[in-house]
Amino acid sequence: MTLFGYRLPGMSSLIIWGLLWEIVGQAGLTFFIPPLSEVVGTLIEVIQTAAFQKALYETAYAFIAGVFFAIVIGIPTGILMGKNRLLDELLLPWVNVFLSAPLTALVPVLMVLFGFGMKAIIITTTLFAIWIIILNSRAGVKQINRSLVEMAHSFGASPVDAFFKIYFWAALPEILGGVRIGIIRAVKGVIIGQLLISIVGFGALFELYSANFLMGHFWAVLIVLFALAFTISEFLAYLERRVSYYAAKR
Amino acid sequence: MDMSQTKTVVVDTVPESAVSTRNISKNYGEVEALRDLSLEFPRGQLISLLGPSGCGKTTLLKIIAGLLEPTSGEVEVNGKTVTGPGPDRAFVFQDFALLPWASVIRNVSFGLEMRGVAKSEREDIAARYIKEVGLGGFENAYPHELSGGMRQRVGLARALSVDAEVLLMDEPFSAVDEQTRRKFQEDLLGLVQNENKTFIFVTHSIEEAVYVSDQIAILLPRPSRVHEIIRPSGFREKGADNIRRDPEYLDIVDQIWASLRTYVE
Amino acid sequence: MTNAEPTAVPGAPFGAPGTKRPLPSRALVLKIVSALILFGAWEIAGRVPVSLAFPTFLESMGALFRMAVDGTLWTAYAETLQPLAVGVAISAVLGIAIGLWVGLSDFFDWLFSPIFIVMQAAPLAALIPLLVLAYGIGLTSKVLVVCIMAMPVIVLNTAGAVRNTPESMKEMGKAFLASDLSIILKIIIPAASPVIFAGLRLGISAGFIGAILAELKITPTGVGDIITYSRSIADYPSMYAAIFSIILLAVLFLNLLEKTEAVLFKGNQRGYVSD
Ligand SMILES: Nc1ncnc2c1ncn2[C@@H]1O[C@H](COP(=O)(O)OP(=O)(O)O)[C@@H](O)[C@H]1O
Ligand SMILES: [Mg+2]
Repeated sequence: MTLFGYRLPGMSSLIIWGLLWEIVGQAGLTFFIPPLSEVVGTLIEVIQTAAFQKALYETAYAFIAGVFFAIVIGIPTGILMGKNRLLDELLLPWVNVFLSAPLTALVPVLMVLFGFGMKAIIITTTLFAIWIIILNSRAGVKQINRSLVEMAHSFGASPVDAFFKIYFWAALPEILGGVRIGIIRAVKGVIIGQLLISIVGFGALFELYSANFLMGHFWAVLIVLFALAFTISEFLAYLERRVSYYAAKR
Repeated sequence: MDMSQTKTVVVDTVPESAVSTRNISKNYGEVEALRDLSLEFPRGQLISLLGPSGCGKTTLLKIIAGLLEPTSGEVEVNGKTVTGPGPDRAFVFQDFALLPWASVIRNVSFGLEMRGVAKSEREDIAARYIKEVGLGGFENAYPHELSGGMRQRVGLARALSVDAEVLLMDEPFSAVDEQTRRKFQEDLLGLVQNENKTFIFVTHSIEEAVYVSDQIAILLPRPSRVHEIIRPSGFREKGADNIRRDPEYLDIVDQIWASLRTYVE
Repeated sequence: MTNAEPTAVPGAPFGAPGTKRPLPSRALVLKIVSALILFGAWEIAGRVPVSLAFPTFLESMGALFRMAVDGTLWTAYAETLQPLAVGVAISAVLGIAIGLWVGLSDFFDWLFSPIFIVMQAAPLAALIPLLVLAYGIGLTSKVLVVCIMAMPVIVLNTAGAVRNTPESMKEMGKAFLASDLSIILKIIIPAASPVIFAGLRLGISAGFIGAILAELKITPTGVGDIITYSRSIADYPSMYAAIFSIILLAVLFLNLLEKTEAVLFKGNQRGYVSD
């Protein structure tokens, strides 16, 4: 978007939306939307409270653990699927099923199997993230140029060398793409898990706020959450661009 | 197909221009793509625009097509100033620009469809031109089922079917293999012969330009300008099979290479 | 001009017919084997049992059959599918319309894209408690949950696809005198439709997540009610059966959509012209 010859920065329209929010809030149209300025004031208060910090810590813990398992299990599974046809044919239908299945329906099962706590939330997070990581790692290995592999063999690379020096790097852009989408899904998963198992993290915090009709607090936490999620996603996209610069040229 | 033997060339009379460009300049921001370029395109002839990549051939062709606005200067087609695309010009694209979801016959009849020709009529016309370019039997095939050369034949049939007086071709054969390209070039000579149209043909291949053209305008970059205009005359009548052996043909190819080589890094 | 490639016959397959026969059946056999392994593992894990709350596969299927026969399942789905269908329909129509608009106009791109980009990255489920406060626990809230989950990806995919229409195709339209409307209807939308459909599939998949989340979080109704209730009375086979059925439904529905798309856009499915 250019205005009077100037290119407006990408996200600058959010300022307009912020202003609109402030106006709607000031006009007092609805109790549910307090003015943005008030929310920002609350935000500064809220992030200093122990309850918020505890929620943030618990969420970060579940999120990091969930993502860790998704990556550590997902990438090798995907690479193996890409290299072994039988394994691929056996697993791929299920990966596709779980990729698009409503995973929220599985949370109650996790609750009865693993208790109403951190464990169930971590597994929920992993379940949200892992399928796309598997699928992308598999795709990354599948697309590796045969002549690259043959080149390695013709120069006498051992299978192990070929794996670490060729397969991994050649598949890295796709793998990273999968990890990025997986992590964005994990953010959603960890919040959904906490909402359904609402005695931990932000789930508990939201219960507290809605029981007391604390709208400003609600919006403040939402802004923090959304901003964090957006930052994570942009940061990963940036990393992916940095590392995958050679992807287009393969 | 009957080739150039029957061509009647009127020597020494300056033919009337179908297209003229007057003092065209085009800047893309800082980049000066064309500067003060004037050219005449005589009716019924094939004129090549030849030059290294980036010298503004596509830019000039698109300005003539009305797809780009020149920064200054103007284009006239049949004495009328160009303000945008018109029914008097048809374009053949380097990358074919076919609609992948549409069958060959729908692709070919696209131009007629946009002119509001009724479905049955436009499909009759399209079918005729599909046969003419040698794709009879492929009417209901999809572009992805065709080879590169066949796809460009679809693009050509689409341009022919709207019966425009001027055909603008942007490196139409650059994406096809060498054998197909030679066949195309021979067919193109036949087209120039039989259809009473003006062809403006962009290419970066010296041999191709000399082979197919009545006139070659050599464009040079930095700043973009018309370096010279060459009118091969002697070998045109000797038939498609003999052109490439003709001494004049070989001389002109050499001469053009001599003037271009300093611009090729 | 004379004939180009005289040997090529339209539609003629390469290689002798029948050489590819055994391949599809291998895929099918492997799919069945793979299902048998998974369900077998489920059955065994249930028989061990790994947990008191882990019924066997056969028990769960029995419960599913029972619920199907006595009608509980159908009543539940009639209820669950309401917010889902309404929400998905709204998201599809509105999402594609906004997406086209954003993709075609620089101004709307600048104005709306950031909102949907943030929505796409953000855990929107966190809005649910707020929606419940504002709209109560009825259908409206549930429809809204489905919408906020489904819409961003539909908008972003549509807008991206519209923006990425190959420039040369639009130029071709202009060169052959297409009006702006014709270019949108006959070039941009068909060119974008595979990506729009992909967005729709992702949106619907997210819509299912939202619908179930709404039923589990807001008020237990429909399938969510079966899940919650049977959990509370420790009738685990019924609980697993309900979950199994909703996942099955979502997957079948998305596959059906994919098949429809393949039939609807025959040329598109076969990919873009590229060498
Ligand atoms: N849309 C554009 N924006 C900026 N520069 C352009 C654009 N199109 C072409 N150019 C520049 O103008 C010059 C001429 O381009 P073009 O007409 O495509 O050359 P040719 O077809 O002879 O290879 C080149 O230097 C090219 O980089
Ligand atoms: Mg060019």
